[in-house]
Amino acid sequence: MGMYNDKVMDHFMNPHNAGAMENPDAVGTYGSPVCGDMMEIQLKIENNIIVDAKFRTFGCGSAIASSSVATDMIKGKTLEEALNLTNKNFIDELGGLPGPKIHCSVLAEQAVKSAIYEYAQKNGLILDGLKGFNPDLEIDEHHEEE
Amino acid sequence: MRQVYLDYSATTPVKKEVLEEMLPYFTEKFGNPSSLYGIGLSAKSDLNKAREKIAKLIGAEEREIYFTSSGTEADNWAVIGAARAKKAKGNHIITSAIEHHALIHTCQYLEKEGYDVTYLKVDSKGCISLEELKNSITDKTILISIMFANNEIGTIQPIKEIAEIAKSHGIWFHTDAVQALGNIPINVKELGIDMMSMSAHKIYGPKGVGALYIKKGVVIPSFMNGGAQENKRRAGTENMTGIIGFGKAAELAGANLEKHIKQVSELRNYFVKEITSKLEDVDINGDMEHRLPGNINLTFNYAEGEALLLYMDSRGISASTGSACSSASFTPSHVLSSLGIPLEKIYSSIRFTVGDFTTKEDIDYAVEEIVKIVEKLRGFSAFSKERTWCNNGNV
Repeated sequence: MGMYNDKVMDHFMNPHNAGAMENPDAVGTYGSPVCGDMMEIQLKIENNIIVDAKFRTFGCGSAIASSSVATDMIKGKTLEEALNLTNKNFIDELGGLPGPKIHCSVLAEQAVKSAIYEYAQKNGLILDGLKGFNPDLEIDEHHEEE
Repeated sequence: MRQVYLDYSATTPVKKEVLEEMLPYFTEKFGNPSSLYGIGLSAKSDLNKAREKIAKLIGAEEREIYFTSSGTEADNWAVIGAARAKKAKGNHIITSAIEHHALIHTCQYLEKEGYDVTYLKVDSKGCISLEELKNSITDKTILISIMFANNEIGTIQPIKEIAEIAKSHGIWFHTDAVQALGNIPINVKELGIDMMSMSAHKIYGPKGVGALYIKKGVVIPSFMNGGAQENKRRAGTENMTGIIGFGKAAELAGANLEKHIKQVSELRNYFVKEITSKLEDVDINGDMEHRLPGNINLTFNYAEGEALLLYMDSRGISASTGSACSSASFTPSHVLSSLGIPLEKIYSSIRFTVGDFTTKEDIDYAVEEIVKIVEKLRGFSAFSKERTWCNNGNV
């Protein structure tokens, strides 16, 4: 009936992993001036495995639901596994997003990558999944396609 | 769950008295006003009675009211009609930057045909500058069209002063009064208005009917070609049920005007007082003095508009946002942008409008729920007083 399916609405109304954690090992923020959204992902990392993830998001239903599902999905993953997740995976997990809202899920992918990038920089890690990743790059058009 | 409708600027429910007046025109009083026998003639007579009621509400003469399908059609007709009628004199139109899209997009359409349009800026309260208006007039100016009151922030423009300036330069003055009608007193003769757009569904009448007031002596070409309806100026069989409803709604609006203004402004003020005393970092957009009585536009800093709306909807509260990334175009409200409000605040702004059916209990419920919702969204927002868009990293 509404703009979003039930699963998206559930993640939006009762988001998982919302808020901040104490002493995160990595923080990544990503924003889109296009829609005014801003997302921050905080990670707890042990032995290159993401043991906890939290988010703080200023954004629409799609952005909040994407944050919720993205933090769920990266928990328990290795850094490389987490880097392999794209917004497509988040959308699939959510059972789809409306066309104009696809770009909000890209924020989640970028925020996760930014956090891992920061961690890799700090700890001198070379990760395949970060090849060519630029945390300051604005979302390009290709990401926004369904 | 309680349903609290706080979007009377979007549309209003049809009042019972209005619906009752309309119903016979679907069935036994179905005649075509152009027919020359009993039920046609009485339809014609009832049509003109409705016209009279609208004329009375705005201090016009009956024959100066022309029914249309909507306020949007009235805007289109007035602006395009004036452009065509005055083509020999010039090609310059003056309007404001905060008009409804019915006006702005019509002006853009004319720009493609070679007309020049000046979009007057507004100040932080949403008001145009009369000086800037005067300075924008050229010998090619053929129309000034400034909305009576704004749909998002409710700012009421100095209509009388604008009309005087227009008149002193021999320029037609049109105003989109769709939001103002039935919410503030309007007298087109005292104000000196040449054309004025109106709509029924904003004043507890039905959707699908509007009207254009065209002052006697102002002649613009017809917008619809066909039959001789509306004094040969707007063809098409009249929307009788809609027009009858519009007439009744106008009659009620006139009779209830004082009470309506008092009631909705008190409720609106109570809402604002409650919200701003219970929540920090809430901005009021626009001007509290020259404002439609039921309108308020608030920025809930650090909480995003679409999220707010959907959370409110889940608690039965209806309001609206002119921005958010809800539309495919992602364009933030041109009205709030024109006030100089920064983007991140526009994305946190919500318009509430109270109306005749809003109660104090509705407001109490809405305030309680909105406070909870804003606190929840702020609780996991990437923004806060300490963390704003500007200092938050990579944008």
